[in-house]
Amino acid sequence: MTRRNLLSAGLATMAGLMVLGETLPAQAQSAQTSPRAFISNERDHTVSVVDMGSLKVIETIKTGRRPRGITASPDGKLIYVAASDDNRVEVYDSNTFKLVKTLRSGPDPELFVLAPSGNPLYIANEDDNMVTVVNVENNELIAEIPVGVEPEGMGVSPDGRYMVNTSETTNMAHVVDTKTNEVIENILVDSRPRIAEFRKDGKQLWVSAEVGGTVAVIDPATWKIVKKISFDIPGVNKDAIQPVGVRITKDGKKAFVALGPANRVAVVDTGTLEVEKYMLVGQRVWQLAFTPDEKLLISTNGNSNDISIIDVASEKVTKSVAVGRSPWGAVVVP
Amino acid sequence: MRRMVHAATAVAVLAMAGLPLPAAAQQEAPVPAAPKPAAAIPASQTFRIGLVRQIPPQPPWIAPLTAPPENLGVAGAELGIRDALTSGRFLKLDYTLATEVVPTEGDPLPAAQKLVDAGNNYILLDVPADQLLRIADALKAKDVLLVNVGAPDDSLRQADCRANVFHVAPNRGMLTDALAQFLMTKRWRNWFLFVGRTDGDKLYAEAVRNSARKFGAKIVAEKVWDYGPDARATAQSEVPRATQVGEYDILIIADEQGEFGDILPYNTWLARPTAGTQGLMSLSWHPTMENWGASQLQSRFFKQHQRMMLPLDFQMWEGVFSIASAGMKTRSSEVEKIRAQILSPEYDLPVFKGVAASFRPWDHQLRQPILLTHATNTVTLSPQQAYLHQRTPLDTLGFDQPESKCTFN
Repeated sequence: MTRRNLLSAGLATMAGLMVLGETLPAQAQSAQTSPRAFISNERDHTVSVVDMGSLKVIETIKTGRRPRGITASPDGKLIYVAASDDNRVEVYDSNTFKLVKTLRSGPDPELFVLAPSGNPLYIANEDDNMVTVVNVENNELIAEIPVGVEPEGMGVSPDGRYMVNTSETTNMAHVVDTKTNEVIENILVDSRPRIAEFRKDGKQLWVSAEVGGTVAVIDPATWKIVKKISFDIPGVNKDAIQPVGVRITKDGKKAFVALGPANRVAVVDTGTLEVEKYMLVGQRVWQLAFTPDEKLLISTNGNSNDISIIDVASEKVTKSVAVGRSPWGAVVVP
Repeated sequence: MRRMVHAATAVAVLAMAGLPLPAAAQQEAPVPAAPKPAAAIPASQTFRIGLVRQIPPQPPWIAPLTAPPENLGVAGAELGIRDALTSGRFLKLDYTLATEVVPTEGDPLPAAQKLVDAGNNYILLDVPADQLLRIADALKAKDVLLVNVGAPDDSLRQADCRANVFHVAPNRGMLTDALAQFLMTKRWRNWFLFVGRTDGDKLYAEAVRNSARKFGAKIVAEKVWDYGPDARATAQSEVPRATQVGEYDILIIADEQGEFGDILPYNTWLARPTAGTQGLMSLSWHPTMENWGASQLQSRFFKQHQRMMLPLDFQMWEGVFSIASAGMKTRSSEVEKIRAQILSPEYDLPVFKGVAASFRPWDHQLRQPILLTHATNTVTLSPQQAYLHQRTPLDTLGFDQPESKCTFN
């Protein structure tokens, strides 16, 4: 991040506050207390900040080039953004929206996952067939783990014991023991695996395969595939059903799967592993994020440049909010 | 490569801005470290891939921008092997590549036989159609799978199809169908077809006529280029005269060697766009392709070869990848198992174009989206959205099952 960016981020924050103060005094008040969603816009080189009470964009943060992966520290105070074309991870203050520091990332960082404790950060280096492990406190390189071609999806087990990376061209989920940082298992899944997500009880690992059109549900006790879920939407061509983002509720009962150019989010029962419902969202839906209370779910819609807001209890899409160009990832903090 | 230049600039800007760099970042080398070699696991299965490339006849002139690189095509196969090794090490699969480059006047058959005798049972072929048939027939009884990565001839997918040949290269009909769909979407229905003097040009023109019939376009004028092999110096006076054929929407060029196609744009009598083998080109790949993860393949290729990835490079990469990804499933290098896997309904090949590619069982052609691109931008990929199909929209390009004249004997 250059000095110019730091300055403009600061100015933009002030401008944003001024606008709020003039026109929306009541909501400006609530903006202090509502959760905020941070959306990375891959082709705008920005992060949009959405107030989840008013569902309005309250700030646009200028970031490094091609921001994709985005996550938050466990306390919600820091936002981590992978600036893929600048080969670094940027860390922003979630209240002031200012750049706090940058971290090493290895080349072309796309997605990452924080250990449940908040440290270290596991980063997929898409161009280099590697996962980089970085200490977020002192920016030290802890390990570089060789994986398959085009590493992308990153998941970590709730106890932090296992980290799982998916490699898009090798079509595998690589399981890494976080004590030794060594690959202990390689699970062959369908084409272009994008996301690895554990259920909060650690008893299921979900891996989406974008081109294969399936989601593999894996048992972490044996690292064997229990079931491959496929999706069938009337009137939508099979080629367009491309699962990417996966999020599972804290109670472990429902999974939500973003289906790419099918423009749908599927609701799946994690017990029966059957699809219950498809919800129509924006175009080329990529990633998903819950609000901390799990009342709302956000989908980033890469081709319609907006996010859809889903009411989790009623499983209905309630609103779409325009953000930047090619919204990629999302994270919500209290 | 643009992205890399930017990355380097960013480092420079960071330094110039005088911001305190994190200590660790300063220690990082500006050039990304070479990927670590695959772990030394003894291979339990080895896929021996051979490659025969016959250098095509040179056109009478070559523009400096389009001069073919020395390692054209072969470079793509090399990246394919590297990707396959990175993936294969987790399953103890090994991949080797043996390359034979044959001169234009040479005979590729002994080269292919030599590779097979040396134990290579997957052979990528970039040879003319007649040579491909000679090789396919000579190796008929052998336990060998041939992958056509170069020859675009429609006949090889129709009456001259062979059971031991799989086609990764798009055939001419696929390319011209892809263009026709886009032109119909644009409502540019009246075409002026300008045909070169080679046999390939005539076959391309035939494919253009077929596509016009298939999608409802009209060829309102047709001419043969007979202004000599190198008309660059006089193009400004000759081309306006040569293109006075009345009204039309777009000029379609059939010039596979690149003798005259590039001198037509901006020299035509009417202000009309150009497409076909030059102008808006239908291709399997182009350096401007970035979406659907394509930029990752482009950047891997650039890192390995320090140049852009061209269509033949991509087709060779696809050839290796199609065998390697089947091998990940079979975990066996036996030809029969790979062949069965490639033809199974579950086989899908992610080729960075948004939807998976797969082989048509009726003629062994790889169905995949086709790029429509000009020199500096990929305009669109076909099939176009409005063209539907009961199986997959990809079967709206090239020979669909009912049109197939292929019988494997």
